[in-house]
Amino acid sequence: MVGAGGHGLATAYYLAKNHGIRDVAVVERGWLGGGNMARNTTIIRSNYLWDASAAIYEHSLKLWETLAEELDYDLLFSQRGVMSLAHSLHDVREGQRRASANRLNGIDALWLDPEACREVCPILNIDPEVRYPVLGATFQPRGGIARHEHVAWGYARAADALGVDLIEGCEVQGIDVTDGRVTGLRTSRGPIRAGKVALVAAGHSSLLAEMAGFTLPITSHPLQALVSELLQPVHPTVVMSNAVHVYVSQAHKGELVMGAGIDSYNSYAQRGSFHVIEHQMAAALELFPIFARAHVLRTWGGIVDTAPDASPIIGVTPVENLFINCGWGTGGFKATPGSGWVMAETVATGRPHELARPFALERFVTGDLVDEHGAAGVAH
Amino acid sequence: MTRARRLPGGGRIDRTRTLGFHFDGAPYAGHPGDTLASALLANGVGIVGRGVYSGRPRGIVAAGVEDPGALVQVELPGGSEPMLRAAAVELFDGLVADGLPGKGRLTIERESARFDKRYRHVDVLVIGGGAAGIAAAEAAARTGARVLLADQDLALGGALLGSEGERIGGAPALEWVAAAEARLRAVPEVTILLRTTAIGLYDHGSAVLVERCTDGVTEARVHHIRAGRIVLATGAIERPIVFSGNDRPGVMLAGAARSYLHRHGVLAGERIVIFTTHDAGLRAARDLEAAGATVVAVADARAGDRVTGTEGDPWLSAVHVNGTAVRADLLLVTGGWNPAVHLWSHPRGTIRFDETIGAFVPDVPNGPYAAAGAAAGTFDLAGCLAGGAAAGAAAAGLAGFGDGQAPPVPAVEAPAVGPLGRLWLVEPEPGDDGTAHIVDLEREATLADIRSALGAGLASIEHVKRYTTIGTASDQGKTSGIVTSAIAAALLGQEVGAVGVPTFRAPYVPVSFAALGGRERGPLFDPVRTTPIHAREVAAGALFENVGQWKRAWFYPRPGESMEAAVLRECAAVRTGVGIFDGSTLGKIDLQGPDAGILLDRVYTNTFSTLAVGSCRYGLMTKADGMVFDDGVTSRIADDRWLMTTTTGNAAAVLDHLEEWLQTEWPELRVRATSVTEEWAVVALVGPRSRELLRRLAPGIEVSNDAFPFMTWRDAEVAGLPARVFRISFSGELAYEVNVAGWHGAALWDAAMSAGADLGITPYGTETMHVLRAEKGYPIIGQETDGSVSPDDLGLGRMASRKKWCIGSRSWHRPDLLRADRKQLVSLLPEDPELVLPEGAQIVAAPDLAPPMPMIGHVTSSYRSAALGRSFALALVRGGRARIGETVWLPLPDRTVAATVGSSVLFDPEGTRRDG
Repeated sequence: MVGAGGHGLATAYYLAKNHGIRDVAVVERGWLGGGNMARNTTIIRSNYLWDASAAIYEHSLKLWETLAEELDYDLLFSQRGVMSLAHSLHDVREGQRRASANRLNGIDALWLDPEACREVCPILNIDPEVRYPVLGATFQPRGGIARHEHVAWGYARAADALGVDLIEGCEVQGIDVTDGRVTGLRTSRGPIRAGKVALVAAGHSSLLAEMAGFTLPITSHPLQALVSELLQPVHPTVVMSNAVHVYVSQAHKGELVMGAGIDSYNSYAQRGSFHVIEHQMAAALELFPIFARAHVLRTWGGIVDTAPDASPIIGVTPVENLFINCGWGTGGFKATPGSGWVMAETVATGRPHELARPFALERFVTGDLVDEHGAAGVAH
Repeated sequence: MTRARRLPGGGRIDRTRTLGFHFDGAPYAGHPGDTLASALLANGVGIVGRGVYSGRPRGIVAAGVEDPGALVQVELPGGSEPMLRAAAVELFDGLVADGLPGKGRLTIERESARFDKRYRHVDVLVIGGGAAGIAAAEAAARTGARVLLADQDLALGGALLGSEGERIGGAPALEWVAAAEARLRAVPEVTILLRTTAIGLYDHGSAVLVERCTDGVTEARVHHIRAGRIVLATGAIERPIVFSGNDRPGVMLAGAARSYLHRHGVLAGERIVIFTTHDAGLRAARDLEAAGATVVAVADARAGDRVTGTEGDPWLSAVHVNGTAVRADLLLVTGGWNPAVHLWSHPRGTIRFDETIGAFVPDVPNGPYAAAGAAAGTFDLAGCLAGGAAAGAAAAGLAGFGDGQAPPVPAVEAPAVGPLGRLWLVEPEPGDDGTAHIVDLEREATLADIRSALGAGLASIEHVKRYTTIGTASDQGKTSGIVTSAIAAALLGQEVGAVGVPTFRAPYVPVSFAALGGRERGPLFDPVRTTPIHAREVAAGALFENVGQWKRAWFYPRPGESMEAAVLRECAAVRTGVGIFDGSTLGKIDLQGPDAGILLDRVYTNTFSTLAVGSCRYGLMTKADGMVFDDGVTSRIADDRWLMTTTTGNAAAVLDHLEEWLQTEWPELRVRATSVTEEWAVVALVGPRSRELLRRLAPGIEVSNDAFPFMTWRDAEVAGLPARVFRISFSGELAYEVNVAGWHGAALWDAAMSAGADLGITPYGTETMHVLRAEKGYPIIGQETDGSVSPDDLGLGRMASRKKWCIGSRSWHRPDLLRADRKQLVSLLPEDPELVLPEGAQIVAAPDLAPPMPMIGHVTSSYRSAALGRSFALALVRGGRARIGETVWLPLPDRTVAATVGSSVLFDPEGTRRDG
């Protein structure tokens, strides 16, 4: 397993637990859970538009609901609901379309009018006179947040207990391929022979694929986030606004956790441009005037690997026994358990898990895309 | 309690003026030059806040932004600001504050203060106005370079402000500072910004500074600086030593106590113990002794002395030195200094552990940045001056000014730094679990927590940080971070340098959301774009919808008229008489150059290069995935000149798209693309009587169908205005779109309204426009499409030319795009002709399904139609064209309704109305 992020650790855990495959090494260039797993805004939801997305994210959400018990680790998983605001007639149409599709897919999804939004989140500004007034929102009550680091550590501990080796500070420098089949890795700490290799290294997926001799339709961009200092509780749910580029929750300890927009240039640096943060603050104050004197304490960036249709790539590759899981863009955290689950089966059996099948690399050849640009938390 | 008090003399405060303030409800007084912390100490207030989890009392530990102890909430007009540091709040008359339990309150209902932004270019930016920064600024300024010197404090001087005894050029150091400041201010190319903190450094010499303004108008200003070179003279931060009971109020950094003495005339205690690793700590104790305190014990770590515990409730009453309790009310602690390398690290400047000073210093040169003075690990005053001058001269030289040679610096008389000992931690006694060794006072994280992290296998310093939360509080670990690395290194048996420190991230100090939001609030959050005709629409009673930044007239209700009634009336007027519509928001791109036709053939699915001058053609644009991206009419103005129109919302995206391809893939094409959206006002005259209206407005042109056929354009004088008239239609009716220069838009509107009065001319908005085009099955890009819809899906496959290549054409041949069961655009007629289906409603193939149910499509547009006398909808339905005539079902939240699939064109399918 290349990459000890959330998805890699979850994959290793489910390989050992669900499939009895315990001779597994997870190699990590940096520190365990130190990539996007340490940098996201911890939002969990499954209210995606398309059937394929809804199915895998809902599978994931169901796993979240029992995960703390399973891993015996307090994940601070809090189903406080996720609200996605609509600010234009176009947003309203798209939101109602998504809520309707979710309902028919058996996913809890409500359409809220502005008053109902305010009942869920009393600090939300629903004044019709603002520049982009709140015209309504989709709301998924089962959505919420979790403590991201605990998720990584919980999976790591559980995987370790099942016999998985976790190797930090181990950079993959080459992938050995013989007769179209992967045979091992060359790393900064020496070679590793392997019957199967899975690349689960968001932010650098295309570089790894290149080592194995194929290309991915992935672009990598910095995506920033920030936190405030600790504050008394004011914000009871998660609010996302695609149109004005805000997503915000208040963590258990009391800090406001916010995501900013994506930088438009390609980069592998885990930092972005400050004007993006400034715009984010202006947008936040439009929706939450009470935030005016909260402070930005710390900003950081992650690297999001994004496919042309804003959906992940999971499954087999042109190299035999080499598997890939990448392209979760801005929304990979919520998928951690589900992604690991389906990836483990895919690696174990050599065939894509049923829920992974629509996300095959092959779709960029067939054209059977899963276009989730509209449903992603961040405008691409 | 604290015996801190104001001395009768001394300090750099203005004792002639008194500032009244309240803290925790009680009135106090201070002086200009005080911080809230110094004023509290002066009034004998030592306990300011409480620990966030333990509730233990918290005092003032430091004398600046690094203070991890004293957090306050400060009242403001209309609310308050949380989590400010008493040691960094400048005292003002009328200040009202209260101490915080490690957590702030949000109270503002609506921000009323003003915040600003400013953008500047300079040759040399010097961050930090201490000795090194001043020397750097002077060295750069003498070359003629444009220099900006910024300092977070209210005066230049840096560490010298809190010191006494140093002399520069034969005079007291602060006299040299004052003279240097006067010299700098006399140089026109030099700007000095005080109360200005650099919060972030970015690539290519970009810096973000936040200025706390004192003009009474603007509260704070964010400066975006683009500098040729940047000198970081950010000084160093004194660090503590961790020992049992180190969080008790009365434990203070030695340099802070010295600063409160010399700068504010405040003696922080009477009976003093000093715990130090260096001579400057001893000097601090001596200075306080000279001011009247008694030094009751000296614990010099270099001699093996240790502080092993403290007593007192809540204030310090005794210190355990080498196991012996000594009565004291102030414990001065210092473990040396950490160069303030935070900004250096932001743009990925690397740092290394310097064994001489026992701290991290900037390592290899990085970009246009250089550190000088204490920030570079130089702790002696002479070295700071020399290093600053050298860095300033070099920066100017590299920015193209001067020879880069450092000017001579004045002679310095100052105490030597002396040997620096190193002690991070007083090891706990056997049996002590380390829970009273507080490493991070604000997060209340302890030595025990660090041990626990390492014990759990979390060995990376980034893991230690996340597991213990050390360094994540509002002080961002300015005093605790490197101590943590050293403690972890010792426990891991590694070198401190190998363990490293967690990544330093902007901002260097917390900045309020409001300050960063600046003036982008309320109406200025995003520019409002209105058309030249907007005022006429307002006067006519229009309601508006936001379309991107534009305000578009949505519909024009008469007094008491519902939206539904207004739209039915407007629709009927257009289909039977003449309507008038403001189409000015449509994106317009002027394409010039001999290769413009080639460009158009490559970006549109259909062919344009063969279009005759004077003609117009509807075009469909796809992206590389073959999916529809935009549409619009493009007209050939001359052989080498075209006018492209785009959808309102996509205007900028289309221009970006053209530029991206022109600049990166086809630089050989001789085409220039220019947005002219705002240059033109567009008034559409639509309906069977539009020809008559145009005849009246433009008597100079022949308007018959033969002379002015569909999909052509003419230059004309309309209502006496120079105009271009396009015969195009988005409603299926006879229609003319009259384009005039923007500033003539309102005049054209007025002329049309009065010339058409007897024809019943009716202004209509976007809602009616949507209904009319939907009756004709014309898609709206972004409504009927969502990035997954191909030209063929829209029923426009005939426009996707197979004879030529265009962006996306290759994708049309992919297997999935050839499937017969793709979602296709059709109409739906609800079984109940009064029911307007909800837009976005999903469609299923059978009436009695339970979730999860297979969905075969969704409603994209849905209206009540005056022309059809019933409701109707457009929908994307799987294999829709083959389902025409079939019934489908829509499970709404409260019931399931049926509808019949039909052709997407419901009104005038033969197109008989187009020519009037």
